[in-house]
This record gives sequence, structure tokens and C-alpha cells, in this order.
Amino acid sequence: MNINDSVLKYDEKTIFALRELYSKYGYSQYKMSKFEEYDLYVRNKDFLISEGVITFNDTNGRLMALKPDVTLSIIKNSKDVSGFVQKLYYNENVYRVSDKTHSFKEIMQVGLECIGDIDDYCISEVLSLAAKSLLTIKKEAVLDISHLGILSAIFDYAGIPEDGRDAIMKSVSEKNPHELLRLCADMGIEPCKAGLIRTIIGIYGKPDEVIDTLRSVLGEVAENEVDELYKIIKSVDPGYKDIIRIDFSVIGDIKYYNGIVFKGFVSGVPSSVLSGGQYDRLMKKMMKKSGAIGFAVYLDLLERLLSEVRMYDVDTVIVYGDGEDIMSVKRAVEQYSKEGSVSVQRAIPERFTYKRLVKLSEGEVTVLENNA
Amino acid sequence: MLNVALPKGRLGEKVYAMFEAAGFECPSIKEQNRKLIFENSEVGVRYFWVKPSDIAIYVERGAADIGVAGKDILLEYNPDVYELLDLDIGKCRMAVAAKSDFRDDPRRTLRVATKFTNIAKNYYASLDRDIDIIHLNGSIEIAPILDLSDVIVDIVETGKTLKENDLEVFETIVPISARLISNKSSFKFKNEQIEKIVREVSAQLKASN
Repeated sequence: MNINDSVLKYDEKTIFALRELYSKYGYSQYKMSKFEEYDLYVRNKDFLISEGVITFNDTNGRLMALKPDVTLSIIKNSKDVSGFVQKLYYNENVYRVSDKTHSFKEIMQVGLECIGDIDDYCISEVLSLAAKSLLTIKKEAVLDISHLGILSAIFDYAGIPEDGRDAIMKSVSEKNPHELLRLCADMGIEPCKAGLIRTIIGIYGKPDEVIDTLRSVLGEVAENEVDELYKIIKSVDPGYKDIIRIDFSVIGDIKYYNGIVFKGFVSGVPSSVLSGGQYDRLMKKMMKKSGAIGFAVYLDLLERLLSEVRMYDVDTVIVYGDGEDIMSVKRAVEQYSKEGSVSVQRAIPERFTYKRLVKLSEGEVTVLENNA
Repeated sequence: MLNVALPKGRLGEKVYAMFEAAGFECPSIKEQNRKLIFENSEVGVRYFWVKPSDIAIYVERGAADIGVAGKDILLEYNPDVYELLDLDIGKCRMAVAAKSDFRDDPRRTLRVATKFTNIAKNYYASLDRDIDIIHLNGSIEIAPILDLSDVIVDIVETGKTLKENDLEVFETIVPISARLISNKSSFKFKNEQIEKIVREVSAQLKASN
């Protein structure tokens, strides 16, 4: 089957390109049901991006949900096999409450999960694939990377109390130095230690450009984690490293995520189009011994990248009157299909746009308008 | 081109003066007319005047790369943006006010009139206080006088309006000031320009302090 890719929308083309990319790296497609027992999401409510879930009772009376997330289902069905890494990708619709409209939305997601004995190679491969995914979508892309271990070590060093960490994390995610300093002052954190977190918020840039600052600012605090982050970033495939930036405002819920977390942006889309990280803690919470890392690409946001505005509804409109021979209509359609799309009508509705208007009368074709 | 959303009014004019001094001047903005968008292609900046409560929406959705919004709006709508700088202007506070003879009776649900529903909900949730929220769009001060509510949650600048209506502040919830916010994606792709504004305006704030 040959498909003319001009009929595909931007997000559809991206789906095919990403599926090809992930298959090439040995990831197999994971197909799942649209529904899942609601209980799975209640137990891991904080992991979900939005709180609302569409629920209904199935024929046995069980409370079911339209999937708001794919990762939880994949973990639930994963098996712990020592030394083995399960590599899966998915292309599924999820149903969530949109933060912006406060109503349910169907969102097409493509993503991958790497579950099992995760080592540095697996992390590096997933980061490379995240970078490649972004560059597949658009050349002007940025992949922001952080390491939650670094933030945890700094918080331990600064003596941030456990119940104050969520608020501090929020100010870090907002790159909000004034709020951070106010919170630290309220918690009685020493000013120099609060200043250290403030400096971390301000660090943003290519790894090679910021690593020295990071090392000199942190000294022995989080030394191992900084080395780990830098080593992983350096191992990302050449040609893709250029889009990576170190940015500690990328966070994840520390109840679920640990280690590397990342977010991807492409120019022209106002929010992140890719999000992922290591979620060993979620695995543990779901009674799994393995580690895991993965990411999702939000395809609904890519509509914004449509570069061409459609000028016409159709290339040619053929108008014919009563009693016209069906074969002569078919011949006219065949003739004009060679030059693009054809719509056959008895009358033209208001605001219907076309390049060419053709009249068919008693087998004779007359071009009435040519806007091409 | 850096798109900047400025709040209409005196606050916006002050902010523009800061940005102008930071090297992002756009002389046409000072012309007396009804235009809302002004551009200086040489410097690579485009300003537009927006209703103050809408700035966060323009920035979150990427119509503006950066903007200046009050902390009250950021707390109320919780937009997904970076909050880069406290501009230390437009200062006021979010407060609980009531008639001066008001006494809170914890046995009853507290009736709270406000324009800032989320701020009020979050504040009273932190106190485990059961409340009945009454959303109003303006003239909040008359709600306790007409016994529509027990208290109000609103912005207080000088306290003059409250005083004239025989109300007084019982609690300050949070201090408010104007904040420089940035769209998250723009921060990546227009980083140099945005960092320059932050750097220059920070220096101005330090010098004036």
C-alpha cells in the first residue's frame, strides 16, 4: 500500500516516524484495552498528571476507568526477570482533565518504557531516543535534564524538613528565587544554604558550559550524582547532545521518580511536548523489584506546528445539473482527479472554497472559475 | 522578536520604564493613541497592553514570551509559567477582612465572599476551617455589611476603602507584588533576551534598594 504523505496530518506523520524509530531500537508495541480497573488509579492518584478520571460500571458491576495514563498499566503487567530489560512503546489515547479548560480531553500519546535491570546504558539509550523524538518533530528543540538525586542531596545538606520539600520543589520548578528564599527563611534555613538552592535554580545551559559552575557551587554536596548526570549526558549519541540543557526546574514527584528526569520542548509549542524520567520508586510501590525509565510525547500539542494554512477546501468542484449522465460525471471526475482533489456537487454551499470551478452540462465541461 | 505583555495602567507604565532602561526601548508606546501593540524591530521587542488579570493566560499559552502579573493572579490561576523576578512594585496584600465587631464562631460554617476563590479555599483548607465560598466579581466590601458573608478575602492596598466601610483586616494571607513571568518554552528558545532582561532589571532593583 502506498500512502501519499500529503494527506497525513503533522501528528499522524510524527506517529509513524516515532514508531519506526522505536522499533529500530528493539522496542515492541504494547497494545492495551481502553479501560482499566479504577482501583489502579486510585492507589496511585498522585502519579497521574490530572486528577479527573472518567469512570463507569462494567457488566459485572466493577468500577472501570477510561485510561488516564499508560505507564501504570504497563507496570502492572510487567514481570521481574533478572538481567532482562523489557522494551516497549505505545501509541494510545488517554483521557484527562485539561488544566486549561477544566474539561475532559482525549489525548493521543506516543511513548516508551524500559523496565527491568536498568543500567547506565538503558538510561543513555532512552535519553538518546527522547532527543531523537524531539528532533523528529522539529529541528529547533531542547531537552532539559535534571537529576532528582542532586536536589535531594542539596535539601538534605540544607536541612529542609520533609514536610516543607513539596513547597520548595514548587519554587524550584517555577525558577522562583524570591519565593524560595522566603520559604527557606520561614523554615529557619541558614541563608548561605538557601543561597545554594537559589544558585541551582539559576543554572541553565548546555552541560559543558554549566558543569564547572555546578561542581564549584556544590563541592562535595551531591558530587556522585553530578558525576552520574554528566556521564549519562556525555554518553548520548553524538549529534543529539547539542539540544540537551541542564535545568533543575524539571522535577517529578519524588514519591515516584528518582534519578534522571527530563522534559522536551520544540519551538512554536508553548509547553513541553515530551516528559519522562526514572521511576524506580513507583515500581517499588507497585511491588516490582525492577527499575524503570520512560517518556511520553504529547501529540495533541503538535497541531500548533502546522506550517501550511489550507487555502482551499478542495482543488476542483464539478457542478452538474439534473439529468446529467452518470458516466459523463465519472469521466469528468477522472480527468480532474489527476490535478488534485475533486468534489462533485449539485450546488455550492456558502464559504466553500476551491481552486477551480467546473460546470458539466450535457457531457460538456466548462471551466467557470480558475483561482489557482 | 520578544513578545512582552504589559498590564494596562500605571503599573504597566512603571514596568515599561524598567524594560526601557534594560535596553528594550520602544518609543512608539509613549504616543497618545488607542493602539494596543507596539513594536521596535531594531531591538527585537514587541509590547502589548493587556488586562492585568489576563497576562498569565497570554504568557502560559505562548502569545507573550514574558509578562508582568500580580502574585494574586498567579496564586489564583496557578499558571504553568516561570516566575523569574519579584519586581517589588504594585505592592499590597491578600487579606481576610470583616466588620470591626466580627467574632469568628467555629461552630458555624464561615461564609467567605471573594473574587479569589482558589486563594480563599486553599487558605481555609490549611486551617481546616469549613467555609461557604461566595464568588463575587466586585464591590466585595459590601458583602459583610449586607450580611451576605461573614468575612471577605480581598486585596488590601492602603486599607482606606475598608475603613470607609467600617471593615478591618483580621489576617494577612500573603503579601502581593508584581512578578516577571516567562513562558516555559520561550525561556528555552529566547533564553538570551529573557536572561538579559532579568539580569538588567535585577540590577535596577538592587540599585534602587
